[in-house]
Amino acid sequence: MADLIYRVNMTNLSFKIEEVPTEWLGLGGRALTSTIVAKEVDPECHPLGPNNKLVFAPGLLSGTSASNSGRNSCGAKSPLTGGIKESNVGGTSAGIMSKLGVKALIIEGLPKNEETFYQLHVTKNNVEFIEVPELVGLDNYAVLDAMAAKYDKKVAVMSIGRVGEMRMNLANISVKDPSGKLRSHGRGGLGAVMGSKKIKCITVDAENYKEVTIADPEKFKEASKIFTKALQENPISGEGLPAFGTNVLVNILNEAGGLPTRNFRAGNWEFAENICGETMAENIKARGGKTTHGCHAGCVIQCSQVYNDKDGNYLTSGFEYETIWALGANFGIKDLDLIAKMDGLMDDLGVDSIEASVTLGLAVDAGILAYGDGEKAYELLSKDLPNGTPIGRIIGSGTHILGKIYGLVRVPTVKGQGIPAYEPRAVKGQGITYATSTMGADHTSGYAVATNILNSGGYVDPLKKEGQVELSRNLQIATAAVDSTGMCIFVAFPALDDPKCLPALVDMINARFGASLSIDDVVNLGKTILKREHEFNIKAGLNSAEDRLPEFMKYETLPPHNVVWDFTGEEIDEFWNF
Amino acid sequence: MHILVKLFAQYREGRFKAEQRDYPEEATAQAIINELNLESVSPLGVLMVNGRHVDVSYLLKEGDEIALFPKVGGG
Ligand code: SF4
Repeated sequence: MADLIYRVNMTNLSFKIEEVPTEWLGLGGRALTSTIVAKEVDPECHPLGPNNKLVFAPGLLSGTSASNSGRNSCGAKSPLTGGIKESNVGGTSAGIMSKLGVKALIIEGLPKNEETFYQLHVTKNNVEFIEVPELVGLDNYAVLDAMAAKYDKKVAVMSIGRVGEMRMNLANISVKDPSGKLRSHGRGGLGAVMGSKKIKCITVDAENYKEVTIADPEKFKEASKIFTKALQENPISGEGLPAFGTNVLVNILNEAGGLPTRNFRAGNWEFAENICGETMAENIKARGGKTTHGCHAGCVIQCSQVYNDKDGNYLTSGFEYETIWALGANFGIKDLDLIAKMDGLMDDLGVDSIEASVTLGLAVDAGILAYGDGEKAYELLSKDLPNGTPIGRIIGSGTHILGKIYGLVRVPTVKGQGIPAYEPRAVKGQGITYATSTMGADHTSGYAVATNILNSGGYVDPLKKEGQVELSRNLQIATAAVDSTGMCIFVAFPALDDPKCLPALVDMINARFGASLSIDDVVNLGKTILKREHEFNIKAGLNSAEDRLPEFMKYETLPPHNVVWDFTGEEIDEFWNF
Repeated sequence: MHILVKLFAQYREGRFKAEQRDYPEEATAQAIINELNLESVSPLGVLMVNGRHVDVSYLLKEGDEIALFPKVGGG
């Protein structure tokens, strides 16, 4: 049976099933969420009001046996950036939705009764609205436990914690992963949108689905083999990522002078060795965690890990470079175990660990706490934030608003979103991505670090302006396409360097749908999506003046290379010439 | 001449993290890679001297800091 659109209306608690309009047939993941948001959401609407919509769409290949295809996209107008948002995640939801034949889940309206929170339970051809007063005030793991008690243990769960109930900008939507831990639709405050719609959690039935249909199973199998081999044979995806996780980047960025330190005052940190991927891997080995772990079934790269404390007790998983950088070099915590504990806490609370930690880095400048005071930071995150005290609410508003409240100038945000992990002055291609991304400062949307720092896909000097706009543009187009397939973005490493990888990916899409797309068609899809998102943003008021980095980066030189951000507005705006 | 050699990721296994080492004048980065037999572990990914990307033919100077990474990535 063909896939269908499930449309939920929270105003009158109704739902209907719709056929997929022809123009949406070839879309999945980000392409579909952004297309639906652009078509159906008024760009001028209040992100937490009745006219915003929350859209979930698994990728084109999700639910199939293709390696690394289990990413689910979530889209809406973002309360953090005021623009369009797409955030994708591993976990079990994408595969289960696809197998149930849900092409997209669109949630619109707001309930009239402001007191009640609901659980949406999605089954084949039905959505139940269940009042869940017993879950109100609980955080994510308690919600997972409650759902595991109610349904088959494989049920997919997407939930928000107290911070999402309070509609704070830091709130993410957390998704259960195969080992019962959490992954997140992290950035942009999508959890606040879910909270505004009074949805505490969404569950998707995992008992009565069918396997997805493949138009040409033989061709699919063949392409899938080539694709998997490309992932496994590439030294980055096959060896580096599994062994050290993304946190291997601490030392590389530190060496390159691109590791933002003390709220973006320097590009290297004297304590990098304390928090780096090599130290993390050593701890994991000594303490019986796991260096390799997948965020969803079918991941053959396994960049994730299970990180335990000294006594072998679980602290966190999915322990990523960006969070470790933000709490480490940028905020000053030298103890990797404390960072891990905070990462695990943020999973449970359902907050964007990048935005929260960049906010803490700025909170030092605001005089709220001292650089490196992890204990105080833990208290703010574990007590003030989820209890919604005034200081908790200020932190919960994110970097940009905290900066305004305290009258600060060195505020590292673009379009209201905190800048992650790569210093734009010293990794200039990444700076172009931060400036122009439709998502605000988002490192995944065009990972120029690959070519500026990692020699992946060639080399463009990170300290020079030449070639950066083109590099970022090509990467952002490719990423928009990859985000639509359901693939994890790390397939980009083999795709950049192995000529067999991308054709195999396109062959899988063709075999799945009986289509005959070329690589150019897929690239064009990426272009179309970017332009669609950009158009939405312009209508929402995010014009070219918002495609800029914070001004202080133009006049404060960054050690050790003593560089500034030296692109003119016109040079940045060239980005959109395609 | 004195060179600070820093190794990362898999290159550290059975070797060292950072060491001051002596090399003859005009030694190249490649000579250090060969001496330490790094590429038997994993192909060279990133080579930096004093925080700047350089080519393996780079001629080392007294006091240089060289950083050697296998092919790694993240994001
Ligand atoms: S490589 Fe990492 S992010 Fe990608 S699917 Fe695997 S575990 Fe998830």
